[in-house]
Amino acid sequence: MKANALGRSDPRWLRALLISVTVLFLGVFLFLPLLTVFLEALRKGVAAYFASFTDPDARSAVLLTLLTAGIAVPCNLVFGLLASWAIAKFEFKGKSLLITLIDLPFAVSPVIAGLVYVLMFGAQGWFGPWLEGHRIHIIFAVPGIVLATMFVTFPFVARELIPLMQEQDTDEEYAAISLGASGWQTFRRVTLPNVKWALLYGVVLCNARAMGEFGAVSVVSGHIRGLTNTMPLHVEILYNEYNFAAAFAVASLLALLALATLIAKTVLESRLQTGLRAAEDVAQEAVHEY
Amino acid sequence: MRIPRFKRSSVLPGFSLTFGLAVLYLSLIVLMPLSGLFLKTATITWHRFWATVSDPRAVASYRLTFGAAFVGAAINAIFGFVVAWSLVRYQFPGRRILDAVVDLPFALPTAVSGIALTALYAPNGWIGRLLAPYGIKAAFSPLGVAIALTFIGLPFVVRTLQPAIEDLDAGMEEAASTLGASRFQTFRQVIFPFILPAAITGFAMAFARALGEYGSVIFISGNMPMRTEISSLLIVSKLEQYDYAGATAIAVVILVASFVLLLAINLTQWWFSRRLGRSRA
Repeated sequence: MKANALGRSDPRWLRALLISVTVLFLGVFLFLPLLTVFLEALRKGVAAYFASFTDPDARSAVLLTLLTAGIAVPCNLVFGLLASWAIAKFEFKGKSLLITLIDLPFAVSPVIAGLVYVLMFGAQGWFGPWLEGHRIHIIFAVPGIVLATMFVTFPFVARELIPLMQEQDTDEEYAAISLGASGWQTFRRVTLPNVKWALLYGVVLCNARAMGEFGAVSVVSGHIRGLTNTMPLHVEILYNEYNFAAAFAVASLLALLALATLIAKTVLESRLQTGLRAAEDVAQEAVHEY
Repeated sequence: MRIPRFKRSSVLPGFSLTFGLAVLYLSLIVLMPLSGLFLKTATITWHRFWATVSDPRAVASYRLTFGAAFVGAAINAIFGFVVAWSLVRYQFPGRRILDAVVDLPFALPTAVSGIALTALYAPNGWIGRLLAPYGIKAAFSPLGVAIALTFIGLPFVVRTLQPAIEDLDAGMEEAASTLGASRFQTFRQVIFPFILPAAITGFAMAFARALGEYGSVIFISGNMPMRTEISSLLIVSKLEQYDYAGATAIAVVILVASFVLLLAINLTQWWFSRRLGRSRA
């Protein structure tokens, strides 16, 4: 640490103090809640823990969560690719407005995200009477849950891809096209390999949010056991019935998902950084050659 | 970079296809539903709107939501700085794990955070038990709401401060020390002004996120109207009574507040970058 040699190092006591505060603060605020989930889940023993998953309502909640994420994540993945291709590879008017609009769902609170769909498709909503007439159920049914999830996870993939693809310029695509590749070939063989880690990173975050979303889904779900309960909603129902061990058992699955997400995120971040550094080196070489 | 961009780009195919589909999907999933909210607001008479948003129960919910969000963001601004500083500047065992775990509130579903925090801070929980003898009621009180919002906002502050601390110019700190400044003076006059914009941004982002938070709060708050009922919950309970207009009115208040905050964040960043840019030049 050369930087610490001169005037940049803190006195030893300060160092010790700040590290202790950090460990204590993160310990109390992050580790303890996480630990609580697993301890409460196992409070009645391992057998009771696994028994909570044989409950048919718990199973249907798991299946609905998988189904919801299985629809919402691919849709937002395709959208992220389309939007980033249009935004990063072309110049057009209103581009920064489009980027702002893509980020909009992050500024909308989850409950309001659910509310806007109720206003559209609910019994007294804009399309409510028409849907009623055709016996189509969106609110208090699975389609509403999927739509609300799509809304809250909308920006995740796009916002990882857009800045990265804007940074990588279009030379490689240009070369591929001039050598006779089709647009699709260029995308698949040139663009996609360049952004694969960022893409995966966005998908991991998108999936975590899709499986864990609570507020938006809670508003549109109607909480029908076995039919419109996702895992987080099932946790709430069990908890409100004072069935704490079962609630924490389902919660522990979601906590494991969160831990897996954190690990994947850390691994992908280091990949992304080496990728960026490599891209910078190439760019530097190109500048030197110029 | 010498060739104008639009000329180079025009060789690539697929603009109208990708742009068209992206805008269509954006409109269907985000823009149309959101504009429905404002259309709905337009159908409410001004008198009715004002009566709903200025109802004592609604005002009590804003006071709690904004107050607890402010307290949470302030706690995060102080401790988040300590955390970010330690993670960037010091080497110690477990640093990488702590660094990764900072994102836990992003990754953990809010309902799970909610029940875990409640179990911890309830009178019979590990922390609640320690606080109870001093007459401090953490869960089922406004304090519980602030605790949940601190949990939720932590990564925003730490992740905004970390790059700012990494970017600090080593030369300036060294110069200050060589010229005889104490470590505290260096911090106050050299380090602090440079990380202040990031600290303000992180604070505002944590605050904005806390305004709309729902899942992690509703378990620990106890949800007593006038006392521990947050605005998001008020929206939900109005919806459950099929009071769409009432729910919409409260939602518009919260939504406008968070939009104004985000605009303020962008303006602050623009202002600071201009100021720093000028002082550097």
